[in-house]
Amino acid sequence: MLQILQDNWLLFLVGQYPHGPIGGLAMTMFMAVTALTLCFPFAIALALARLSPYRVLRLPATAIVHGVRGLPLIMFIFWTYFFSPLIIGRAVGGVETLVIALVIYEAAYLSEIIRAGIEGLPKGQVEAAKALGLGYFATTFKVVLPQALHNMLPSMVSQFVSTIKETSLGYVISAHEVTFAASQVNNVLLTKPFEVYGILALTYFTLCFALTSLARFIERRISAERGAAPGVTVTA
Amino acid sequence: MGYVFDLGAVLSGQYLNWFLIGIATTLALTAAAWCLAMTVGILLTLVRMIPFRPFEWFVALYVEYHRNVPLLVQIFVWYFGVPSLLPRWARLWINAHHGEFLLATVALGLAAAAYVAEDLRSGIRSIPKTQYEAARSIGFGYLGAMGYIVLPQALRIVIPPLINQTLLLFKNTSLAMAIGVGELTYRTREVESYTFKTFEAFAVATAVYLAVSFCIMALGDFADRRLKLEAR
Repeated sequence: MLQILQDNWLLFLVGQYPHGPIGGLAMTMFMAVTALTLCFPFAIALALARLSPYRVLRLPATAIVHGVRGLPLIMFIFWTYFFSPLIIGRAVGGVETLVIALVIYEAAYLSEIIRAGIEGLPKGQVEAAKALGLGYFATTFKVVLPQALHNMLPSMVSQFVSTIKETSLGYVISAHEVTFAASQVNNVLLTKPFEVYGILALTYFTLCFALTSLARFIERRISAERGAAPGVTVTA
Repeated sequence: MGYVFDLGAVLSGQYLNWFLIGIATTLALTAAAWCLAMTVGILLTLVRMIPFRPFEWFVALYVEYHRNVPLLVQIFVWYFGVPSLLPRWARLWINAHHGEFLLATVALGLAAAAYVAEDLRSGIRSIPKTQYEAARSIGFGYLGAMGYIVLPQALRIVIPPLINQTLLLFKNTSLAMAIGVGELTYRTREVESYTFKTFEAFAVATAVYLAVSFCIMALGDFADRRLKLEAR
């Protein structure tokens, strides 16, 4: 196992770079960060639309969220793979395909987290903002969202972990990320599949476990903060 | 654009047949992995309740492994890795008995078991300990208290999340295509590459996935409402 790591650690980390496209763990992280960053505005828009009093906004947003939740990610990847050349007019690489598919998929899941965060806020916050004369946008972006997003930090870290795990599907469309790198190593060695995929599993585990532990830590901090906040008693 | 959307082309003859086989395989994989997940999930929960530290650590490690490693990688470990450790006769036996389906079932089932165990634990934990103590004090034994008082209440809490896990499991069976299990996604790609009717093929698969998922979601909503009402 150590021998495999010694020979291939660079491939696991950055793929064939600098002799080829960048890949490996670096690409995994890059795709996860990009996907989560890009899906953020969509997720907020979806969450606000689902909470909106207007049917025109609420119904389509609800349909999108339920539709996405009902399909495997792989379906989105294939749809993106086949559809984006029609829209953009040229073939799209594996990395772009995966990021686009992840943005759509994660936006729906993240929007549910954001919605729960907003619904979890005491009603008094909105009422107080309205009483102060703030409009919808000021209320949402200056009062509701900052608090909701803060409370949701642990869930968002968990969402980041899911995104990292989901980038492994890049393997299916030959996007050069760490699972792809491992399968390359496996194809060269041929005789040590358990060791190669064991290293891969261990890599993901170390990374994701660190992040889930971070999420737990933040969760404790936030609930302690809430418990310790002086003089704030909320009756809903 | 001159593209004629023609569902008939992929929904006739052998292609229809492939789709049906794919759907059947997806459902069979879901069912087999579900049974494994429930069995192992319940076992893990029972093991965890034994007050012996190493058991608790084992279950915690099991759950963390399955939560923090991508399912696709778990499938690869089972499909490529584990057989290489087995003796030759076992490998031959696996190969002769639909190895990819078998190992995909094991990978999907064991991964789902981790989530099932977590759901069961939080369900049992959410029943106040006083319920158990009250049952004991009016003369129920351990089994009676658990079987008549604690578990019926816990089950009510646990069923909606378990239905949600079933939905996830159903969707995750699509990953088995990566090791060549002939389930719906795999068959869809096959139909696509034979007919070049890309959008039709994927439209059919999407519709099937959505239809089944919506049924499971509706069941979840129903259970949620029903069980909540009874609890009042």
